[in-house]
Amino acid sequence: MTEVIIASESDEEMRLNMGPHHPSTHGVLRFIVQTDGEIIRKASPDVGYLHRSIEKIGERCTYQGFMPYTDRVDYLAAMFANESWAMACEKLMQIEVPKRAQLLRVISCELNRIASHFGVSLGTTAMDVGAVTPFPYALREREYINDFIEELCGARLTYNYHRIGGVSIDMPAGWEAKVIAWLDHFEKVLPEWDRLITFNRIFVERMANVAVITGAEAVDFGLVGPNLRASGVKWDVRWYDAYSAYPELIRKLGLEIPVGVGQMGTVGDCWDRFWVRIEECRQSVALLRAAFEEIKQYPEGDICGKLPKKLRPEGEAYARVESARGDLGCYVIGAGKDEPYRVRFRTGSFNVMGIIESKSPGLFLADLVALIASIDVVAPEIDR
Amino acid sequence: MLPKEVFEALQAEHGPDAVFDLHDDAAKDRDPWFQVAPAALVAVCEKLKTDPRFSIDYLECLTGVDYPAKAQIHVVYHLWSYSLLHRVVLKVALPRDEPKVATLSTVWSVANWHERECFDLLGVHFEGHPDLRRLLLPDDWEGYPLRKDYAEKADYHGIPTTRPNPLDLFQIGKAPAKA
Repeated sequence: MTEVIIASESDEEMRLNMGPHHPSTHGVLRFIVQTDGEIIRKASPDVGYLHRSIEKIGERCTYQGFMPYTDRVDYLAAMFANESWAMACEKLMQIEVPKRAQLLRVISCELNRIASHFGVSLGTTAMDVGAVTPFPYALREREYINDFIEELCGARLTYNYHRIGGVSIDMPAGWEAKVIAWLDHFEKVLPEWDRLITFNRIFVERMANVAVITGAEAVDFGLVGPNLRASGVKWDVRWYDAYSAYPELIRKLGLEIPVGVGQMGTVGDCWDRFWVRIEECRQSVALLRAAFEEIKQYPEGDICGKLPKKLRPEGEAYARVESARGDLGCYVIGAGKDEPYRVRFRTGSFNVMGIIESKSPGLFLADLVALIASIDVVAPEIDR
Repeated sequence: MLPKEVFEALQAEHGPDAVFDLHDDAAKDRDPWFQVAPAALVAVCEKLKTDPRFSIDYLECLTGVDYPAKAQIHVVYHLWSYSLLHRVVLKVALPRDEPKVATLSTVWSVANWHERECFDLLGVHFEGHPDLRRLLLPDDWEGYPLRKDYAEKADYHGIPTTRPNPLDLFQIGKAPAKA
């Protein structure tokens, strides 16, 4: 890490150190870039700066006591890590989640998805490629969501909201009306955002046809979530491996999975990845409205299922949710003790980092920034 | 395809020595799994990938689990098929003192980073891996933290791995020592 620039034997090639503290690396992430002038020959990611061995921590906590730690898996979308841990434990111990709790999970997760997609991913992508104006607009909306979630569970970032069997607390009085009022506002923000940045000529020129990932490559490298869909693969855990209250809501709304179609260039380019996330925000708005409508049928009361007195399960279970960064899997093995025998988180950011080394040759150095921004990695989710 | 059918088809193909030990008790096993002999792993996975009956295209998760009581390390592969929407779970049992298994990065590229992580944290050697280096920990780290008997060293290059309790350090809540 000491050397910043090393001139190698050949006059042409340079080894550059990018990161770990680089504004475009979204956390602490380092690349060792070999370049020929401005063209990258190879960019090797060096990760692990935020590794805290969450899997080992899991082996030392009780099942319920591990929940706050899961927030730290992905600090921009902590709801999903909460949910995947809760779901893995529920699957292991066969705990039924009450309908109202399922809907509260959908509401909290979809709010979190908008905060992560719109507030952070889209805003910073624009900023990374040079458009500074949209970022505060995005952060403004994220701030609303942070306030809502703070009202809901008391935290703005590390929520610890879900519980094994349900959620910790019901929504406060009057909260629903506030969120719906904001949804009305946010729906008007999205077209404004499209005019401001998505279909902005300069932005499109910058993003289209850059770092194209084909569908076959995306599947082979295990890309998940918006990155996979941008490459034209129609896959979403909420649709095909349905969990929680999603199947009814999706059926009721008749939603289709948004996939990249190469509207501005090639399928699977940076612009497609950007666009898919905007479409997902639109769907989240529809899902939120439907969930608020649906929850009226389940009056206040049960928000957590019946748990045994002692949680000492045996066996193993793998559960996954569709997080903001795609399919987030949690694998838990119980050995009849208070603590799980083994905990494993398989995250979207980790998988997608593996593709950078093979995608980078031939890119401009500046396009690497666009690539990292468009795949929306979060460093703690890679390192855990 | 049900896990049992996958198991039987694979056993017919590769023999009962290569594919064995099916666990699919509906009451107990949430994700049915079976064992594969380490030597047959790549052949079985190639089959799972290329045969249209299975068409497994996504290695979902690769997990190493340490069982010191059995003197084994298990590597668990969760596989998923996007087209047929079914899951297959394989386990490979390796001797704990010399855990070695062939790499799957030739079958699914996603295995590359997962295997590096498993090597890093559990010390499983994936033979034929193109770039088997530590991934999350520094290159000169000693030991494999996710093994059950891992004992953390007190420091790493002079950086302590524990910190004193601030309550003790700053004598919070204690009467000042008399001079």
